[in-house]
Amino acid sequence: MQKVLFRQMFVLVLLLPCLAQASVFEKTLSNGLKVIVKEDHRAPVLVQQIWYRAGSMDENTGTTGVAHVLEHMMFKGTKSVPRGEFSKRIAAAGGRENAFTSYDYTAYFQQLHKDKLEMAMKLESDRMHNLVLSDAEFGKEIQVVMEERRLRTDDQPHALLFEKLMAMAFQEHPYQHPIIGWMNDLKALSAADARTWYQRWYTPNNAVLVVAGDVKASEVFAMAQRYYGGIAARALPLRKKFSESPQLGAKRFIVKAPAELPLLVMAYHAPTLRDPEKDNLPYALEVLAGVLDGNQSARLNKNLVREQQLASRTGAGYDSTARGPGLFILEGTPSEGVSVAELEAALREQIAMIARDGISAQELTRVKAQVTANEVYKLDSVFYQAMQIGQMESIGLSHMDIPRMLLKIRAVTAQQVQDAARDVLRDDHLIVGVLDPQPLDGKAKRSSEGDRHAH
Amino acid sequence: MHIKVYVLLAAALLLPPGSIAHAGPIIQQWQSPSGAQVYFVENHDLPMLDVSVNFYAGNGFDTTDKPGLASMTYAMLTHGSEGMSEDDIARRLADVGAQLGGSFDADRSSIAIRTLSSNAERNEALVVMSRLLQRPLFPEAILAREKTRLIAGLKEAETKPESIASKAFNKAVFGAHPYGLPATGEIIHVEKLQGSDLYAFYSAHYSAKSAVVALMGDITRAEAEDIAQNLTAQLPPGGAGTEIAQVVKQSSFSTLRIPHPATQSHILMGAPGVARGDADYIPLYVGNYILGGGGFVSRLMQEVREKRGMAYSVYSYFIPMQQPGAFQIGLQTKKEQADEALQIVQATLNDFIEKGVTEKELLAAKQNIINGFPLRIDNNKKILDYLGAIGFYHLPLTYLDDFPDKVDKVTVAEIRAAFKRKVDPALLATVMVGAPEEKKPEEKNKAEKTEGAAK
Repeated sequence: MQKVLFRQMFVLVLLLPCLAQASVFEKTLSNGLKVIVKEDHRAPVLVQQIWYRAGSMDENTGTTGVAHVLEHMMFKGTKSVPRGEFSKRIAAAGGRENAFTSYDYTAYFQQLHKDKLEMAMKLESDRMHNLVLSDAEFGKEIQVVMEERRLRTDDQPHALLFEKLMAMAFQEHPYQHPIIGWMNDLKALSAADARTWYQRWYTPNNAVLVVAGDVKASEVFAMAQRYYGGIAARALPLRKKFSESPQLGAKRFIVKAPAELPLLVMAYHAPTLRDPEKDNLPYALEVLAGVLDGNQSARLNKNLVREQQLASRTGAGYDSTARGPGLFILEGTPSEGVSVAELEAALREQIAMIARDGISAQELTRVKAQVTANEVYKLDSVFYQAMQIGQMESIGLSHMDIPRMLLKIRAVTAQQVQDAARDVLRDDHLIVGVLDPQPLDGKAKRSSEGDRHAH
Repeated sequence: MHIKVYVLLAAALLLPPGSIAHAGPIIQQWQSPSGAQVYFVENHDLPMLDVSVNFYAGNGFDTTDKPGLASMTYAMLTHGSEGMSEDDIARRLADVGAQLGGSFDADRSSIAIRTLSSNAERNEALVVMSRLLQRPLFPEAILAREKTRLIAGLKEAETKPESIASKAFNKAVFGAHPYGLPATGEIIHVEKLQGSDLYAFYSAHYSAKSAVVALMGDITRAEAEDIAQNLTAQLPPGGAGTEIAQVVKQSSFSTLRIPHPATQSHILMGAPGVARGDADYIPLYVGNYILGGGGFVSRLMQEVREKRGMAYSVYSYFIPMQQPGAFQIGLQTKKEQADEALQIVQATLNDFIEKGVTEKELLAAKQNIINGFPLRIDNNKKILDYLGAIGFYHLPLTYLDDFPDKVDKVTVAEIRAAFKRKVDPALLATVMVGAPEEKKPEEKNKAEKTEGAAK
């Protein structure tokens, strides 16, 4: 359940805001809980999502991973709902449920028939303030989380490289720590740490409730008042303002792990959206990522994979929406016979070309065509629309910024994209990581294979 | 659960839908003058259209001398057609915001497109799709490049525990049957593929008379008829059969332990399971929900994760194919406790087969499957996928409507009998990648079981 560790920094898609927020309604309860309803009557279903403005970036040294561990523990029962009962009741109602933790927030959701909202609200509101965090359950669940870490990070060379990339890129900002936590911290975490976390952050004035689907906003507000309205607000700790000082020169690192192919990652420090109306650069960077990797005819794939054949795969990604600072990431796997250094040079040349010559009007139009079409396609997913609303609200922006961002991205000019490539993708702001593949048997690398024949 | 969700999504088409209170969409069906069977749901809620064209051209149709041919033929369809280079295809689709998609498995190859339904965009997207389906060129230079990329990917897969396990499992379960071979073939097979092979496979398997066209969205019946005809009228004459070779059930127990440096062991166990249309399928599906398909409430999840904290993901499923597809149980756990975890899974399965399910468990399973029916058909993409499956496997048009009733009628006795017939624990193949050194049970170090537990 429990886990999606939503690694939003690496989602290689453009953030595509919505056409019309016409059917979105919002209301804030007296205890500070913000309730947002998106009506969509296409199918007799709904989704309830509760978003807490607490993610791994709010953790402290030594207890990394506690946000995510608590997310797991939220399924372990309350004073009135025994362990396992939450999932059983949702399942019996035909529902699907899960939760996810990111650097910036933690969220829980259920997808259900439209008649089942009340049951889900009763359960979700209950665990907002009545969670039972026993030492025994914690002792088992922390083992599950360690298995999750082994599965998704320790035994995954690419994930390891990205974990180290974040640790290299951010020396001051808490994004340096992995969402799932360092293994040593997980081993030392206790139920008391989870209790502290729960008491600090799980309060209605730190949450946003999003309900989308075949519902009436007025009924949802009334129901939310009934189930969440009685939960007392608590004072939240002062949030520290984290930032990352400018990087004073390029950084390089290597990760050795069992694998066959190398992987090159190049990350540039980049700003994220702070003022959706006044900012321009984040939008230009979104379009730049689209020009490089937003569709099958985008530059990296066309030039480096298909034509020059220097890489077997490439990627570019940037996410303008986050509580903290951003990264603009390029990555690629060199073709056989091509060195990592040659691929790095080729990727740099792709950036230099844009900084020097700009992009064509056709490329700009093409990226915007994706944006426009995706605005329609996203309407096919009620869940995704709710996600977008919850994410915006959780990072300090508003769901009402979504249409504004769409207008802004449509207004990006070719000159702005060129300027962004020149100003942001600079060597001094660069972190280069390389996965250096090692043989599975742990013996000498292939280059020294001759040594093995000696035995 | 996250991992498991992905597994289920991958098999979503293969899972049956169901509900009592809710009818499925109204499906229109006809035969196009080209000979293709057409399945259409008209819906004007969103200004978009989804189309898929499905062929009996999965890797189950590979011959023993050219494994990987079906897969490469499918992959190369988008890399060049008469009058349209691969870049033309990519660019023209991107310019109108269309998304090319599809799927490929042992039975079926499917090419899908999602487009805005406005005339200019839709027409352009369908012109491109029509051309790439009916006038592919399989250019030698691009084939050479794609072979190189595929081989690099296959070498990489040889180092990943999950890929090694999956490949070894399929071979152990299906032997030399095409279901047991990697969909892409082995490296030595890929190296030999030539454009003429691809063209011959295409000509034999991509015929109108065996094509199934599915359409979902914002068009009229008359438009749907034109589109289906235009997408299939110029397909090659075909001539190849649509039947997959018979799967022969193995007659012995096998265990394969493969060393790997990963921290976890990846364990898969199973056997050929059930074919589409088999009367046992519905009882098996409902029963498997209880065994390992029902997320947090399943027995495997309870025994391995909830009670013992031994794995993040543990699941079981049947993949109903034209021939009996795999019944599979899977989990990953730290190497030191892999044998113990395997014993728990075996004991859980043995108990399940021997004693069957309880009335209470059956009721909960039915509640979930039946009440959850609306979530299976709550967007265009899901309905398109059902249309393709219904057409491809010759399921009745009432398949969606009937399913809940069938689920509701399943009895405890039927589940027990179906599992007894289809799953013999004494004849399962087990694959363990990253296996610990074998040791006798009494030598187990108890300290391992508690290592890392919260203090």
